[in-house]
Amino acid sequence: MRRISPFTLLPLLVILVVFTMGAANTAGRYNDLGHKIMCTCGCNEILLECNHMGCSASSRMTAELRLAVDRGDSDKAVLTAFQDEYGPTALAAPWLTRFNIVAWVVPPLLLILGLIGTFLLVKKWRLRVASMPEVADDPASRDLRERIRRDTEI
Amino acid sequence: MPAFGSFALLVALALSGYNLLAGAVALRQLATGGRGVIAPERLAETARRAGIASFFAVACAAFALVWAAFTNDFSVAYITEHSNRALPAAYKFAALWSGQEGSLLLWAFLLAAYGFVLRLRHKVDVKLFAYASTILAGVQVFFLLLVNVAATPFSLVTGAIPPDGNGLNPLLQYPEMVIHPPMLYLGYVGFSVPFAFALGALMMRYPGEKWIHVTRRWTMVTWLFLTVGIFLGMHWAYEVLGWGGYWGWDPVENASLMPWLTGTAFLHSVMMQEKRGMMKSWNVWLIFSTFMLSILGTLLTRSGLVSSVHAFAQSSIGTWFWVFLVIVFAVCTFVYILNRDHLRTEHKLESLVSRESSFAFNNLVLLAACFTVLWGTLFPVLSEYVQGNRVTVSAPFYNRVAVPIGVFLLLLTGIGPLLAWRSTSMRSIRRNFVVPGIVALVVAMAIIPLGVHPWTIFTTDHEGAFYAWMTFSLAGFVTTAIFAEFFHGARVIQQKSHQNLFASVVQLTRRNTRRYGGYIVHFGVVLILIGISGQAFNQSVERTMSYKQSFELGPYRVECLDYSQDSNPNYDTEFALLNVYRNGHLVTKLAPELRFYAASQQPSTIVANHSTLAWDLYVIYAGKDPSTGQPVIKAFLNPLVAWIWIGVLVTIFGTLIALLPNLSAAIAAQRHRTPAAEEAEAVPAGRGGD
Repeated sequence: MRRISPFTLLPLLVILVVFTMGAANTAGRYNDLGHKIMCTCGCNEILLECNHMGCSASSRMTAELRLAVDRGDSDKAVLTAFQDEYGPTALAAPWLTRFNIVAWVVPPLLLILGLIGTFLLVKKWRLRVASMPEVADDPASRDLRERIRRDTEI
Repeated sequence: MPAFGSFALLVALALSGYNLLAGAVALRQLATGGRGVIAPERLAETARRAGIASFFAVACAAFALVWAAFTNDFSVAYITEHSNRALPAAYKFAALWSGQEGSLLLWAFLLAAYGFVLRLRHKVDVKLFAYASTILAGVQVFFLLLVNVAATPFSLVTGAIPPDGNGLNPLLQYPEMVIHPPMLYLGYVGFSVPFAFALGALMMRYPGEKWIHVTRRWTMVTWLFLTVGIFLGMHWAYEVLGWGGYWGWDPVENASLMPWLTGTAFLHSVMMQEKRGMMKSWNVWLIFSTFMLSILGTLLTRSGLVSSVHAFAQSSIGTWFWVFLVIVFAVCTFVYILNRDHLRTEHKLESLVSRESSFAFNNLVLLAACFTVLWGTLFPVLSEYVQGNRVTVSAPFYNRVAVPIGVFLLLLTGIGPLLAWRSTSMRSIRRNFVVPGIVALVVAMAIIPLGVHPWTIFTTDHEGAFYAWMTFSLAGFVTTAIFAEFFHGARVIQQKSHQNLFASVVQLTRRNTRRYGGYIVHFGVVLILIGISGQAFNQSVERTMSYKQSFELGPYRVECLDYSQDSNPNYDTEFALLNVYRNGHLVTKLAPELRFYAASQQPSTIVANHSTLAWDLYVIYAGKDPSTGQPVIKAFLNPLVAWIWIGVLVTIFGTLIALLPNLSAAIAAQRHRTPAAEEAEAVPAGRGGD
C-alpha cells in the first residue's frame, strides 16, 4: 500500500481548519442577526445600532432575538419570525424572493453589461484603427507625431 | 428685522428674474443678430449687474435671519422652532441651516455667492460667462421662489410671542455641525456652476475645450467641499450619534454620495476630453447628472419620499423639486439633441490597455456605484409600487452589492496611472506592474497571520474579512504604484539638479500639480478604504457597571471609577468616569455622558473615544439600569478608524496641490540651471499624465 505523503494531507488539513474556524458562536449569531434586522420604532436604524433613549421597540426586539438565538432557532427561522411579526420592513435587506430579486440582480447585471459593452466598443474601435493604412515615416510625420505625443502628456 | 428679511428675499427674486429674462433675451439677440430697444451687449451687462445685486439682497436676508436668532426674536416662527435663549452663540448661527426654511435660504445664499464670483470674473470669456450667468440665474429663481412662497423663513408666529424657543436639536449641538452643513451645501450648490458652464457651452456651441479649462477649478473646489462635507458628516455621526459607526447607508447620506461619485467620474473623464477630444457627450451628461443628483438629494431630504434618520419634516416642497427636476432634464435633453453634432468625438480608443480605456472603465464603475446607491435608495418606493409593500434596503444590501464595486474601483485606481495614453506596450506593463504586484502578494500573505482570513466568506455569512483582505492587498498595490511614480520622476530630477530626493519630489509635484496632486488624492482614498476595511473586525460589549467593576475589550480593561450627574441652563447630564488600562498600565480616562436638553426635552449621548492608529476604544453611556440605578456602558473596539480621518486630510492636501498652478518649465530651468528640454524627461517614458 502506498504511503500518503504529509504534503497530500496538508491541503486536507487546511480545508478542515478553514471550515471549522468560522463556526459561529451564540454571541456572534446574535450580533450577525441583530445587524440584519431593523428597529421598528421608526428611527430607521439597524436593531443593534438603535441606541436612542426611550425607544419603544429595540429592547423588546433584542430580547426576542436573544431568546430565539439561545433556543437555537436557525437564522432563517429567526428572520422569518421577525418578518411575520413586524412586517417586511423589519428586515434590513430584502430576501431573494419574487420581485425583491430585482433589487439584488439589477446593479451587478448593469455593471457586467456595461463592462462587456465597453470592452466590445473599445475592441471595435481598435479594429477600425488597425485597418487604417500605416503612417508614412517621413520627417514631417515624425515631427507631427512627436508634437501630438507631447501635447497628450499631461 | 423679519420684514427686512422678507423684503430682501423679494428683491433678490426680482433681480434674479431680471437676470434670467434680460440675459436670455440678450443672448438670443446676440445669437440671431437681432436688436431691440437696448443693444444686446448693454442688456447683457444690466443682467449681469442684476445678478451681482441679487447676491447682496440674499446676503441681507441671511443676515436678517441670523440677527433674529442672536437677538432671540421669537416673533419669527423659524427662530422659535430652532433656537432658544440659552443656546450658545455658535449654535445660534447654525440655526440658520438647522430647519427646512433656513437651509433653503442657505442654498439660495451660497448659489448667489457662487454667481457673484462668476459674474465678477466675466472678463475671462464674456460670452460664455453670460450664458453661465443666465443659466445660474434660472436656478437662483427656483430657490428664491421656494423661500419666498413655499418655505418662508420669516413667517411670524400666530398668537402671543413665546418667551423662549424650542431650542436646537441636541444632535446638532456639536462643533462640527457648525461647519458640516455649509461645506456639504457648498458642494451641492457648487455643482451648479460647472453645470451652467456645460449647458451654456453646449447652447452656444462653444468651440474647443476652453470651457473645461475655465470650469476645472470650479469643479475641483466644489468636489473638495462636497468631500469635506461628507466626511465631516461621517465624523459627526461617529462622535455624536453613538452607535459606533460612521456610515449607515441612510437615504440622506446616500443623497450626498451620489453627486460625489458622478462628480469624481467627471473629474477623471474630463481629462480625456481635454487631452484627446473624447467622451464629449459623456462628460456633458455626467455634469448634467451630477447637478440633477444634487437636486434629487435635496428632494429626498425634504419630500418625505424615503424614510431617513435625518430628513427634514415632510412637506409639500417635494412637488416643487420634482417640477424643477423635470424642467432641468427637459432643457438638458432639448439642448443636447439640438447640438449633439457639436459633441462629435475627435479620437477613438486605440487599445484596451491604455490610459483612455482605464478612464472609461473607471467611469463605468463609478457610475455603477452611483446607480447601486440610487437603486438601493429608491427600491423601497419601487417595491411599494409593484408589490404593494415597502421593504427596507439598508447596510446588508450595500455591503453585498456596493462594496465589491468599491474594491474593483480600488484596483482600477492602481492600474490606471501605470498605463500610457493611447497604448501601453507589454514591456511597459511588465516594468510597471511587477513591483506593485509583488507588494500586493506579500501584503496578502502577511496579513493572514494577523487575523485577516479571506476564507471566512466560504465558512460564514461574513464577507467583511474577505473584502478587507482584498482591500489591504490592493492598497499595497496602489500605494506602491503611486510611490513608484513619485520615485521615478524625482530620480530623474535628482540626477539633473543634484538636489536631495525630497526636494526633487517637491519640484516634480510643482511641475505638474494636477497629476501629482491627483496621485496624493488617490493615496488619501487608499488610506480611507483601509480605515473602512477595519470595520470587518469591530468588537463590542455592553455592561452595567458599579464602582470598581471592569470589563475587557481587545487589549483594554475598562474600569468604572465613578458615576454622577450635573446640570447647567442648557442641559442636565449623567456621566461615568472610566479608567482604561492596557497591560496593567493606565492609558487614559474616559467620561461618556448622556445629556438631557431642557428646551427641546430631548436626550443626546456624548461619546468618549480613545483613538489610536490601530483602533478606537469608543465608549457610550447608554443609560441607567432601572433596577440598580447603575450606568449601562457600551463599548466598541473599532480598528483602523483613525486612518479614515488621516486619509481625508491627505485627500484635501492632494486636491489643494492639484489646484495650484504648475511651476513653469522656464522658472524651474532657470532656478536649477537645467535645460528646458529636460523637463519632459522628468516623466519616465511610457507613463502618461493624470
